[in-house]
Amino acid sequence: MSQIGSFALMLALGLSAYSFLAGLVALFGKDAASARLGETARRAGIATFAAVLLAGIVLVAAAFNDDFSIAYIFHHSNRELPLAYKFAVLWSGQEGSLLFWSLLLAGYGFVLRLRYKTDHRLFAYASMIIASVQVFFLLILNFAARPFGVMQGPLPADGTGLNPLLQYPEMVIHPPMLYLGYVGFTVPFAFALGALIMKYPGEKWIHITRRWTMVTWCFLTIGVFLGAHWAYAVLGWGGYWGWDPVENASLMPWLTGTAFLHSVMMQEKRGMLKVWNMALIFATFLLSMLGTFLTRSGVISSVHAFAQSSIGTWFLVFIGLTIAVCTYFLVLNRAHLKSEHKLESLASRESSFLFNNLLLLVVCFTILWGTFFPILSEFVQGHKVTVGPPFFNRVAIPVALLLLLLTAVGPLLAWRKTSLESLKRNFLFPAVGSIAVGGMMILFGVRPWEDPSYFYATMAAVLAALVIFTVISEFLRGGRVIAGKTDQNLVSAMVQLCHRNTRRYGGYIVHFGVALVIIGILGTPFNKEVEKEMGFGDQINIGPYTLVCQSYTQDDNPNYGNEWAIINVFRGGKQITTMYPERRFYKASQQPQTLPRIYPSFREDLFLVTDVYLVYEGKNETTGRPIIKAHLNPLVPWIWIGLIIMVFGTIVALVPNAAVVRVAATTPVREPAHVGAGD
Amino acid sequence: MRTVSSSQYPITSNPVRRWLQAAGLALAVVILMGASDTDTRFKDLGHRMMCACGCGQILLECNHVGCTYSDKMRDQLMAALIRGGGGGESGGSGGSGAISDDLILQGFVQEYGPTVIAAPTATGFNRVAWIMPFAALAFGIAFVVYVVRSWKNRPTPALADGIVIPHGSELDELRRRARKETDL
Repeated sequence: MSQIGSFALMLALGLSAYSFLAGLVALFGKDAASARLGETARRAGIATFAAVLLAGIVLVAAAFNDDFSIAYIFHHSNRELPLAYKFAVLWSGQEGSLLFWSLLLAGYGFVLRLRYKTDHRLFAYASMIIASVQVFFLLILNFAARPFGVMQGPLPADGTGLNPLLQYPEMVIHPPMLYLGYVGFTVPFAFALGALIMKYPGEKWIHITRRWTMVTWCFLTIGVFLGAHWAYAVLGWGGYWGWDPVENASLMPWLTGTAFLHSVMMQEKRGMLKVWNMALIFATFLLSMLGTFLTRSGVISSVHAFAQSSIGTWFLVFIGLTIAVCTYFLVLNRAHLKSEHKLESLASRESSFLFNNLLLLVVCFTILWGTFFPILSEFVQGHKVTVGPPFFNRVAIPVALLLLLLTAVGPLLAWRKTSLESLKRNFLFPAVGSIAVGGMMILFGVRPWEDPSYFYATMAAVLAALVIFTVISEFLRGGRVIAGKTDQNLVSAMVQLCHRNTRRYGGYIVHFGVALVIIGILGTPFNKEVEKEMGFGDQINIGPYTLVCQSYTQDDNPNYGNEWAIINVFRGGKQITTMYPERRFYKASQQPQTLPRIYPSFREDLFLVTDVYLVYEGKNETTGRPIIKAHLNPLVPWIWIGLIIMVFGTIVALVPNAAVVRVAATTPVREPAHVGAGD
Repeated sequence: MRTVSSSQYPITSNPVRRWLQAAGLALAVVILMGASDTDTRFKDLGHRMMCACGCGQILLECNHVGCTYSDKMRDQLMAALIRGGGGGESGGSGGSGAISDDLILQGFVQEYGPTVIAAPTATGFNRVAWIMPFAALAFGIAFVVYVVRSWKNRPTPALADGIVIPHGSELDELRRRARKETDL
């Protein structure tokens, strides 16, 4: 089996190298022979996908068949591992996850190469660039991190098992989503670099890549949030974001990708920021690679990191080469990227995008800086320092609040220039509404002047409300116009409005989701926690809840043994649920693992929903009683709801626009009015 | 379902005992000195330090199973607070015999190394860590303002004969009409 896998990977390397080299040579010629050579390169690229897919299938099949002669399977699986996790073995370790990276890239390349008729030459450039990235990954897979390496000595009877932290349903979804995001940015990167090299006229390459970029961004968003949810639901410390270097690594390309999605509109609509957009998409791709490098090189310690290995050098060389190539062509063809229009006013959509980009990049820089500062410190001072949550919270949060302000104000600004009168008119309702929210918080006992965390929470609430009210007012304003002209009710008018400019209103829905995420985060300063040893009938009082230990018990299955407490949750004297915080001991890996239980209080609180979060910490050996840690985490469920809305908004933005407004012609027919032109 | 003896699980007893000891000490603090101050300082300092086991978590948030450091460090922190008495604003002392927060942190640095502090201190080269993000923000704002200004001052391209571009109030009026007619 390992031989088939190894052969498939070697074949894939040969095919992708051919696709790259033949594609490159074909681009120099304009005769029929070059066209034929280019076509063979395209087909070799397609065949690469088949070869890498075969290698992936072989690795998964080896996991299903408990083929412990393959070292990777021995180290990441065991006989009693449930089937879903055997599938997840593909991305659970260094070599497998690199194979998965390569497989996804080949998949993206496959789709791209099938759609080449959109623009033969641009697609040929993009295909060649993707092939070059593919060659890099396949070189590593064939020579530095071989997933099909075989075990030496006698064949082991069983594997050492999958890391217990990864034995959770979300781990079957989170890494693929994250990887789809990371890898997907290779496509817009390839198109951008290709367009730059060939001095592609106009902005068509942006139109071509817009959907790729949005889909990729959506995957990365889901990946990042699922990662946060996994940390929340599995790690048991009561939080969802620890500013771990690997978490940071996933956030950085998300930030630059978000900046790109905004600034690219300036290029489409006004022919501006061409160099900037190139630089942004290059940076996004490079940061994706940096993230992959961080998890694998061992340069930065992280709970997420794979085993330290030599492949960090490979990544450094590749990142260096990519920077050199991108910089060379940016400088060489800078004249091609001259801006076509000038900015007319600071109070305009254009300048709001500029500041939005600035703030996103400052947050990105802060995270990059904080992540690498320990290395810099060691170099300069001779010892490492820790750059942990207190640093990021103190530095990144103020900038993020400014960003939230721009998220609210930006959509109210018109392209080119906004009059003070229209700004006042559009801003009045959201501003009054958000100030009212701030007032209510103070009324309910939040004292922003007493503690910086309360101040930030209040500011975040006010600004999130501002974003929400802005979005609502935009929908209402547009909906009313259409309702008035087409005799529809307001809701269907708003749906129609959305359909006529999906990108604009889809974007607003995403903003709405972001505001909900912020609301979820701002509950953090109000978290509560209590830890107690609990015997039968013992209780913990936390917030409005009383937790009563009904019993505790144990169980055993071939994969793990476990023990859990049975806790009844009361509120206002009435039992609302029973929770089962659990602790497992995995037999193959001989590792323990706590599994918290979470109860979101939607039925009791709705808007001020709170997570009751229980962790079974272990047993007191003397008394034999379990120790339970209870957390109350207000508003956290809004984060996950916000994610769903963000994804929904992205899907809306991906739907093609309905062409024009059909106005009921009660008067002599005029030209149909295009709406929503100003997204 | 079958019963499994708890000895099958490598649950550390020491952390539990230590935690109970810490709770006892905390109780003493409540009785003797007033809980709020020490509790607040315990939470504050506990969130300014990392667990030294390498799990990468804040000391008071470390819950990783079998951690041999976090309970010990929490006990040490509580003991230091009780020994040192009330007060303890950073760099100062809150009364006779009080140990300042800085001194307590310094003690932990001596025992566990500089990585035990969760964020760079505002001293020496570490200041750079704090300055750079804000410097980047200031530089970025200056750059954007410069770009906007230079764009605004860029000469308008020459037009073909006969085309007159409206300016000022005339242009604003046209925009107002356009918005009114499209209403979006």
